[in-house]
Amino acid sequence: MVQKIAPKLAALTALLVSLSPAARAQSGWGEINMPRGVTMISQKIYDLHMLCFWVCVAIGIVVFGVMIYSMVVFRHSKGVVADTTLVHNTRIEVIWTIIPVCILIGVAVPAARTLIQISDTRNPELTIKVIGYQWGWQYQYLESGVSFFSKLDARSNAASQLDSGIDPNTVPNYLRDVDHPLVVPVGTKILLLITADDVIHSWWVPDLGVKMDAIPGYINEAWFAVDADKAGVYRGQCTELCGRGHAFMPIVVDARSKADFNAWLDSEEAAQKPGAPAQATTAAPAGAAPPTPAQLAEASAVR
Amino acid sequence: MAEHTHAPAATSPAHAVHAVHDEHDHRPHGWRRWVYATNHKDIGTMYLVFAGLMFLIGGSFAMVIRAELFEPGMQLVDPQFFNSMTTMHALFMIFGAVMPAWTGLANWLIPMQIGAPDMALPRLNNLSFWILPFAFTLLFSTLFVPGGAPAGGWTLYAPLMVQTGDAFPMTIFAIHMMGASSILGAINVIVTIMNMRAKGMGLLRMPLFVWTWFITAFLLIAAMPVLAGAVTMLLTDHYFGTTFFTATGGGDPIMFQHIFWFFGHPEVYILILPAFGVVSEIIPTFSRKPLFGYETMVYATASIGFLSFIVWAHHMFVTGIPLAGQLFFMLSTMLIAVPTGVKVFNWTATMYKGSLSFEPPMLFALGFLFMFTIGGFSGLMLALVPADYEYHGTYFVVAHFHYVLVPGAIFAIIGAVYYWLPKWSGKMYDMRLATWHFWLSTVFVNVLFFPQHFLGLAGMPRRIPDYAVQFTDWNMVSSIGGFAFGLSQLLFPYIVLKCLRSGEPATGRVWESAHGLEWELPSPAPYHSWGEPPSEALIARGAAH
Repeated sequence: MVQKIAPKLAALTALLVSLSPAARAQSGWGEINMPRGVTMISQKIYDLHMLCFWVCVAIGIVVFGVMIYSMVVFRHSKGVVADTTLVHNTRIEVIWTIIPVCILIGVAVPAARTLIQISDTRNPELTIKVIGYQWGWQYQYLESGVSFFSKLDARSNAASQLDSGIDPNTVPNYLRDVDHPLVVPVGTKILLLITADDVIHSWWVPDLGVKMDAIPGYINEAWFAVDADKAGVYRGQCTELCGRGHAFMPIVVDARSKADFNAWLDSEEAAQKPGAPAQATTAAPAGAAPPTPAQLAEASAVR
Repeated sequence: MAEHTHAPAATSPAHAVHAVHDEHDHRPHGWRRWVYATNHKDIGTMYLVFAGLMFLIGGSFAMVIRAELFEPGMQLVDPQFFNSMTTMHALFMIFGAVMPAWTGLANWLIPMQIGAPDMALPRLNNLSFWILPFAFTLLFSTLFVPGGAPAGGWTLYAPLMVQTGDAFPMTIFAIHMMGASSILGAINVIVTIMNMRAKGMGLLRMPLFVWTWFITAFLLIAAMPVLAGAVTMLLTDHYFGTTFFTATGGGDPIMFQHIFWFFGHPEVYILILPAFGVVSEIIPTFSRKPLFGYETMVYATASIGFLSFIVWAHHMFVTGIPLAGQLFFMLSTMLIAVPTGVKVFNWTATMYKGSLSFEPPMLFALGFLFMFTIGGFSGLMLALVPADYEYHGTYFVVAHFHYVLVPGAIFAIIGAVYYWLPKWSGKMYDMRLATWHFWLSTVFVNVLFFPQHFLGLAGMPRRIPDYAVQFTDWNMVSSIGGFAFGLSQLLFPYIVLKCLRSGEPATGRVWESAHGLEWELPSPAPYHSWGEPPSEALIARGAAH
């Protein structure tokens, strides 16, 4: 008897464990909502998203409620006779025009406020130029001159080839890892100057609340400031169709404390000076100077 | 007046006159009937059959997409081919399935509903249909040319689109042909409605399907030439050294998006306005109660049509357009929720205190009502610019527009066919099977598209052939829903063919409380719908509001 029940209990336990929040973090079932993110803007966006969501839920309950009520109560099969005189009612029509307008204003005001904050790119403490290529990103720290390319890491690249035979589940951060992440300090207003070299791309990191198209001939501005206590690695990817490798140009932002960031920047600066020892750099792949766009294109074409 | 009083029974003297008249028609037979077709019903039938065929082809492209996305890793197709599939799926579904289906329904119904014998411009009608098979043969053949089918998305954004291989000029020429066909069809609808209405059929007596198509036709005429201009500029950029959209030559890639979406946003209303018309016909019939707020419905449709021209940049919130532009387009977009809400409330009020029954057309109309509203909610969320910074370009957008297009436009088209098929064919279809068709479609369309909201919010971009592993579970659910939804649709041609082959004879009225001129004709409707115009009394009876 016990032998019969034991496997079932084990299965049930496994099921319960898999439903627990801790396990959910590992599986995809819990991935159903926008992240709150780690910047003031991303949190405001999240709040706006949830506000609008609950407004929609409330409207839905009322509207769907009346529909379902009508479908249940006013059934021909129950012998209900239609009230054919109910075809027009100016008062109710005015009411259900004005109420939505008021609700919309209630949502539009916080949206506009947040939008104005998003658009305020004044007084940055650090400026980074972001250039999109088919298929990778280049980051240039304008104040210090540090510059490097960032593209899909080799393990993801190998596993994502057609019929590679490699299980993506065995690759850490499959399609979400790059060779050289963008390193930024926390608690700092960072201005991104975003452009592209070939076609349109879009730079998106959900946790930062930043999405901005990278467009040839344009320099778009976006800013973020990671909360001072939220050092960590944040991942995103290109969100504008840019050709064959569109799915394979992730973005990784490594937010460090100001001290750690400064140390990293100093070592990068030293490494990227002409004649610096090649192995000291984390920036340029293969220890050489940053690849030219042509080299990058060639490297990407391999994938 | 007696001869004008068409009783529903098919044996009335007036119908006997029709029948005799019909037999004297010189209608060509065999292939000539279709190739030389000038009859609105024949052309309508061809449009609908064509749309059904494109729906199956476009659907099979979607099956490739869902199969590749079933699990992470690249198992089936090359990423470039995957991009071709998303592009071709959209082009086939929008220009091949939904738009021709609406034109087919317009052809079948508008003359019958306004008391006319046929469309005003029958040869133009023939031309506008026969362009389409050539356009789509050309587009389909791009799958076999060097460089593959277009893969830059149906939005054809420059400069990516210019990287297309040999398919580039073929795609553009195909789009030109589709646009020409749509414009000709729209001209025909407008001329017919303006000139062919029976005496007594005032504008505010027209059925809502006629009204919504009338407004749609104006949107088509205004929007399609803009698309033609955009793709022509792409063509000259590629072959004649112009740099309209090339930054290095002084051009502007964003200008393409402005021009494209100036067409593209009215286009989405072109796809949905006739659906509003269909639902406004079906719900009153099966609620046994006239449509609530007929005139408001007309004005709401017209205002949606107008607003559709001043919201285009909400597709471009993350392109770096200025703050003032973002605010304007956010507010104008939110404003659309007002007339759209009025419509949903009016349909609900039509059901309230009605006497409802749930035949297949009503089921599809109710499916439309619920799920289109869900698509409307996500549309409202997308209108908020700050939130759009997270939603834009993700599966949340994919979920949104599929909710308004599949259980929205497509359900309305299917509902329309189940509503009018007995009138067209004179035969009833298998209602039990059609009910099955509804429930299978409804369950699986939600399994297919609802999880895509989650995927988008959790960070999965659209138009990617491969994804990070945390998106696996909901993609599997979505794919299973997709395969099941696709299979369920095979019931549709089966039900229609079975009806045509062996359906029970239908009555003239078909549905006990159907109102409108088409129900005053016998079933099947005579070849030349209203050989003599209907009497004003008949028109007044049809216009029950």
